[in-house]
Amino acid sequence: MKHTISVLVENKFGVLARISGLFSARGYNIDSLAVGMTEDPTVSRMTIVSEGDDKTLEQIKKQLNKLIDVIKVVDFKEGEFVDRELILLKVAVSSKTRKEVLEAIDSCGAKIVNAGSKTISVEAAGDQNAIKSLIELLRPFGLMEVVRTGRIALEIGDKALSGQGKPEANE
Amino acid sequence: MKMTGAKILIESLKKEGVEVIFGYPGGVVLPLFDELYDVPIRFILVRHEQGAAHAADGYARATGKVGVCLATSGPGATNLVTGIATAYMDSVPMVAITGQVKTFLIGNDAFQEADITGITRPITKHNYLVEDIKDLARIVKEAFHIARTGRPGPVLIDLPVDIQQQELEFHYPEKVDMRGYNPNYEGHPGQIKRAAKAISDSKRPVIYAGGGVIISEASGELIELAKNNNIPVTLTLLGMGAFPQTDKLALGMLGMHGTAYANHAIMESDLIIAVGARFDDRVTGKVDAFAPHAKVIHIDIDPTSVSKSVDVDIPIVGDAKRILKELNANVKKPDTAAWLEQIEGWKKKFPLKYKDDDKLRPQYVIEQIWEATKGEAIICTEVGQNQMWAAQFYKYIKPRSIISSGGLGTMGYGFPAAIGAKVGKPDAIVFDVAGDGSIQMNIQELATAVSNKIPVKIAILNNCYLGMVRQWQELFYKKRYSYTCLKGSSPDFVKLAESYGAVGMRITKKADVRAALDKAIKTDNVVVMDFVIEREENVFPMVPAGQAINQMIEGGLA
Repeated sequence: MKHTISVLVENKFGVLARISGLFSARGYNIDSLAVGMTEDPTVSRMTIVSEGDDKTLEQIKKQLNKLIDVIKVVDFKEGEFVDRELILLKVAVSSKTRKEVLEAIDSCGAKIVNAGSKTISVEAAGDQNAIKSLIELLRPFGLMEVVRTGRIALEIGDKALSGQGKPEANE
Repeated sequence: MKMTGAKILIESLKKEGVEVIFGYPGGVVLPLFDELYDVPIRFILVRHEQGAAHAADGYARATGKVGVCLATSGPGATNLVTGIATAYMDSVPMVAITGQVKTFLIGNDAFQEADITGITRPITKHNYLVEDIKDLARIVKEAFHIARTGRPGPVLIDLPVDIQQQELEFHYPEKVDMRGYNPNYEGHPGQIKRAAKAISDSKRPVIYAGGGVIISEASGELIELAKNNNIPVTLTLLGMGAFPQTDKLALGMLGMHGTAYANHAIMESDLIIAVGARFDDRVTGKVDAFAPHAKVIHIDIDPTSVSKSVDVDIPIVGDAKRILKELNANVKKPDTAAWLEQIEGWKKKFPLKYKDDDKLRPQYVIEQIWEATKGEAIICTEVGQNQMWAAQFYKYIKPRSIISSGGLGTMGYGFPAAIGAKVGKPDAIVFDVAGDGSIQMNIQELATAVSNKIPVKIAILNNCYLGMVRQWQELFYKKRYSYTCLKGSSPDFVKLAESYGAVGMRITKKADVRAALDKAIKTDNVVVMDFVIEREENVFPMVPAGQAINQMIEGGLA
């Protein structure tokens, strides 16, 4: 089963290598990994999508927690989070297909970032289903390049992973 | 007062109570060595950096203190790698310090540059590249804290030479502040209650204890749990000494070369009480078939050890000593009389044995080392047959009396580890039980031992083979002894010892073993004893790889 794991880590040199090294050394899968600074500049947040049975996932979480630079690990449960991914792609067009391609892009709510005579570059953000259907819709026209950021995820509700910036502070 | 980075490091080591460093100089650690020249920290100059890492490891295992080793950048640092990995696998507190090229040269393929933090990332508990002299004191403080707390392990500090030369005011932090590191020592009270009940209700309990009991200094509590409740105890290689082998509840080692009665007991048990052990594959054999009738309690400080291979019914994460204390207060004595009787039957039927004729056999040598030292010695081992015989035939009666590379299985470990152990415990008799293969992997440390007056005793069980591999070739590869015969190609160990200034002895007769051992123990110098043993003696019982642990060769089938 696929799991979406959020990991808060020290924003330090070498931390990404520690995490990715852990996955490769122990033979765990990474479907995607996205990382960036959080509201606290000393903390980075990684969203890792991984696949494995319950025992493997339990080990992954424990092994992540064991790393000194890891502050917190949360394995999101289905329905308790939203996830998004940004995708940029370049699709081939001809005078014949241009109209159809434009319709497809429009139907998915994707944005055109550049349109040439032979290609159209598209930007889209969405959850996994939205990204997947966009790709499948455009694939028959000839996908020339696909670039994805990897999934990021945020828990639903008032709780915050870092426990900082409590909502009542803003009231 | 302003100090150089080199001096800050040395002052920090003094603050941590470091009394000895094992190491080797080189270009980018010159500022450190200049400081060491007139500092009251003992420095042991080894002959190969691998020896420094193993010696620091042996020192740590013998004393419980953090061992420190020091090497230069590049090849000096990479030579430490095997020693660091050895310490990591066996949870040994160690701080390894390496020099690094100047900060602005890092990444430039500079002379003697190696990315040692990258190389050691998977084999250290944590590591640091010091990028700013302002971080140095804090990093040293953290490194020692991480090395010795929780599940201990090696920490590496990579220190560029220009930072050693810069100057700064020295302030040593009072405490560490790491939000990502906070080991849990207290066991969950509910889990402890459940465990106590499971023990009280058990009929065929077995305690399976490992190195964690030694590290946590929980031997007293373990003995109390076993003896108050009549529970038999089997130990892993690293756990030997946690429970006295002379006690009637002692089952000796379990697993691939464990005693038949320990393995049978595990397989028939209804409750395994695992303490500070990690269900290594050499212990469990075929995991699916391990202890099929047993509930499993697992006490361990490392959550990743729990349910990693064997599924655990009652996990208790925390410090073994504290948890055992709580357990002892809560367990009601189960009735194990019938169970102990059954085990006694196995002990009689399947004792550890060897052919007691007039030939010089390795098991006899180990037994005589026991007779000569009565369990008071520290036995370091190399890896292979020598290691297993040392585990089977010496009766360890106290913690920290066997020092052996269990997890990584590092040949060449025993001798430098013995040097470190002797430095840490100068009053102890320290043996290295070696094979003629292993001893040659770090034999250069004879110079270290002799010149620093560290009189360890090396007992080479010399069969002119890489014996354990030969044993597998005999049993599983149709006696095709591919590259395992050393006959005619090894040095004369007596002459070799003498050329280093040590004492060499050759023992070829069974009748001469004891006298030679007594003489070696009395000799105030490094002694190399070349025991010329029966060449094709095997280690039995033996569980073939991938089998259930009661499927033993020479152990009786259950």
